[in-house]
Amino acid sequence: MIRTLFTCAFIFMMTAPAMAAQKVLDIKTFQTPAGITVWLVEDHSVPVVSLNFSFEGGLAYDPADKPGVARLVSILLDEGAENLGSQDFQEKLSNNAISLGFTAGRDAFFGELRTLRDNRDLAFDLLRMALASPRFDADAIERMKNANVAQIQRDQGDPSWLSARTFNGMLFEGHGYSQPGYGHLASMASITRKDLLAFTQAQFGRDVLKVSIAGDVTQAEASALIDKTFASLPEKATKLETVDATLQYPGKTILLPLDTPQTYIAVGAPGIRRDDKDWHSAVVMNFIMGGGDFDAWLMHEIREKRGLTYGVYSSLQSMKHAALLQVSLSSSNENVEQVLSIIREQWKKMADKGPSEQELKNAKAYLTGSLMLELTSTGDIAQVLNGLQRDGMDADYINRRNDMLNAVTLNDIKRIAKRLFKAADLTTVLVGKPENIKVDILLDQPPGMALPAAK
Amino acid sequence: MRFIGYLSLLAFFMTLSPAFAASEKMFNAETFTLGNGLKVIVIPNHRAPVVTHMMWYKFGAADEQPGKSGVAHFLEHLMFKGTPSVPDGQFSRIVKRLGGNDNAFTTQDYTTYYQNVPRAQLETVIRMEADRMKNLTLREEEVASERQVIIEERRQRIDNQPQAKFQEQLMSALYVNHPYGLPVIGWLHEMRTLTREDAFDYYNEWYAPNNAILIVSGDVTAATLKPLAEKYYGPIPAQTLPDRTRTRPAPIVASQRLMLEDPRIGQPVIMKVWRVPRGSDAMQILAEILGGTSTSRFYKSLVVNKKLAVSVGASYDPLSLNDTTFTIYATPTPGTSPSALEAALGQEIVNVMAQGVTLEELNSAKGRISASMTYYLDSLQGPAILFGRALGSGFSVDYVENRPARIERLTIDDISHAAATIFQSEDMPVAGLLLPQEKPAEGKGEKK
Repeated sequence: MIRTLFTCAFIFMMTAPAMAAQKVLDIKTFQTPAGITVWLVEDHSVPVVSLNFSFEGGLAYDPADKPGVARLVSILLDEGAENLGSQDFQEKLSNNAISLGFTAGRDAFFGELRTLRDNRDLAFDLLRMALASPRFDADAIERMKNANVAQIQRDQGDPSWLSARTFNGMLFEGHGYSQPGYGHLASMASITRKDLLAFTQAQFGRDVLKVSIAGDVTQAEASALIDKTFASLPEKATKLETVDATLQYPGKTILLPLDTPQTYIAVGAPGIRRDDKDWHSAVVMNFIMGGGDFDAWLMHEIREKRGLTYGVYSSLQSMKHAALLQVSLSSSNENVEQVLSIIREQWKKMADKGPSEQELKNAKAYLTGSLMLELTSTGDIAQVLNGLQRDGMDADYINRRNDMLNAVTLNDIKRIAKRLFKAADLTTVLVGKPENIKVDILLDQPPGMALPAAK
Repeated sequence: MRFIGYLSLLAFFMTLSPAFAASEKMFNAETFTLGNGLKVIVIPNHRAPVVTHMMWYKFGAADEQPGKSGVAHFLEHLMFKGTPSVPDGQFSRIVKRLGGNDNAFTTQDYTTYYQNVPRAQLETVIRMEADRMKNLTLREEEVASERQVIIEERRQRIDNQPQAKFQEQLMSALYVNHPYGLPVIGWLHEMRTLTREDAFDYYNEWYAPNNAILIVSGDVTAATLKPLAEKYYGPIPAQTLPDRTRTRPAPIVASQRLMLEDPRIGQPVIMKVWRVPRGSDAMQILAEILGGTSTSRFYKSLVVNKKLAVSVGASYDPLSLNDTTFTIYATPTPGTSPSALEAALGQEIVNVMAQGVTLEELNSAKGRISASMTYYLDSLQGPAILFGRALGSGFSVDYVENRPARIERLTIDDISHAAATIFQSEDMPVAGLLLPQEKPAEGKGEKK
């Protein structure tokens, strides 16, 4: 399975709104008595309730010498809270078919709760306990550390993981984004219960909380459930000083050797922020370049015409402190040189010439037509709402989005293409045994997987 | 799969499940059959104005002739190349322009094509799917470049991954004298020899309305779908189909242990796999109780109490045309030898054989499966995939609809009987061991 690294906001950006006349989603926004802002989509067709929430921060709260704290918290919150030990807590979840999960992201700590309507009081109460009073018993910490170490060791043999790790470690070198989210063997050995508690106390403040809920629940019910769950958390999270990242190694080719028949290729360059006025133009342009269509330039040239890969995709990633435009694929070692030259050639063509009127029309048709496909379950809806909140959108944005995409012109695309597709900015990260490649930086291990040596 | 999309279809598969009140049917699927034998299943879900349109052909990798491994999957890729009316790889492009997504996947028993589109576009995708059931055209150069694509797919998904290569070997050992022993994607040396004519031979023989199941779910009813199905699929004539009798797997009388050491295996994994009958609800419940959750027997005993494993699991997929598999697997904690863990797992099997499961365990598992059915209703494509997998594996609509009721009736004795069928089978299980290998000194690099 390919690991999906993109955030929910990103998925949302890849798709898009629907018919102009009809509302895409009827989103209610309201404040609870405790002052928590909630986005709600009511849908009583299936007796299921889905809650998605996020605390801004996430991996940013990991101490520099202890990456993996947020990750450990995310897998320990459902391992016991208040008077319920690990197995008791897990049994409450599994006997009542409640799904509760947490993810430590680069810029936020995410939570997801899904329950049958009849079990929702219990479900929300378990979540309250997990956030406010996690036990972090020694036994559970040990078990989850072991599980995480096992995952780290498995990952290190997985070429697609090695590619992502090398890419992030090098391009964000010197910035918090370069840290491995799951931590490394040394940090797993040094993280203590105190670190975990410090994380939850610093991170879980109501001022950085965004809550979205969808499904079989009314506004009054949702308001009560959410206050019961979150109102007892501290009013404020600990404020963090974070800075923007500058992408490192522009123009360089970096190789991590690996004995595999294919090379994993990741090419990156500065991208565009979600709040940029040209964002929608960039979304359309990215779709034309490599957004998943077989008509996309990269897919057409590399797979359809030449059979050099199983799949090639480009993506826009807007983070709090960085923006990336990334192309990734895998291809046989002997073809890497050819693939890279095609990417550079298409990159240049996008900047010099841009797409045709017809290509623009086709891209808009897909992007505006397919939004509803992403909104077919309560879980999808709650996740999309949370992404929109995090991106600072208003609740009606989703109903206007088609118009904004449709307004993108060929000139807009050309302008943004010239701005983004600068060949000199490209950083190329290779993992494999590529043939005939001039390498600027040769690594002997993936970056960031050990503590820096003491000076 | 034709390409890896944004949503992982396979994730749906492993949590299939049942019920509301046990007497009710799960999905109230509506069914009808066209005069040419095309079976149609409609699963209404009016939450959003979108539909899933899926065509399931009862032809998979296990129907290939010796020497042609991979041709079913190759044909799946080639089905996107074109027809006289939708030429030059336009199929997916048109779907995209309709605001839809499409893809396809191949298994041992069936090949499936689907589109998710806004409701208003249903007729267009029906027209195009009907068109390519019989009118495929292929240029030699399209075939050649697509052959390279499937070889790259094999390298990416199998040859790059030691675990995946190991899985191929394991299936070969388990399915002696049966086509499930060959990988769906094909052996590399045979994939290289597949031709345009090979693809057409299978296409002409197997792609026919009387060998297919059409499943449409979402904002649609049988009454609105039927005229469209009649109009586009109706005129395609039925044809005589090849004999689908498969060889029966040979007995496994010797115990087999497979081992793979590879520098890219980060953690040891032990596993044991039995070849077992398909379609058993009791075996699925047993897998759930033994290794389905963090409160399962294996997890409690080996991870929490004895601290011998960092992860454990058990799995059983009932949906398969021929014998399926029951698998248990675990990864040892640092300092625990694989053999000590294997012995402890063996003891758990002995325990469940001797004492059976408890009523509490049975009821908890039933409750989870029942709830997961409701979660199924909270999705567009989930129910369509569930029906397709079942019917593609030779089960009936009622098998799916009545599953909740069947599960509700299961007793402790049924689970014991299932355990005995698996663990006392005359066919020996195959044991597997994946081990990290010390890295050979790799090309020395210098970090700048």
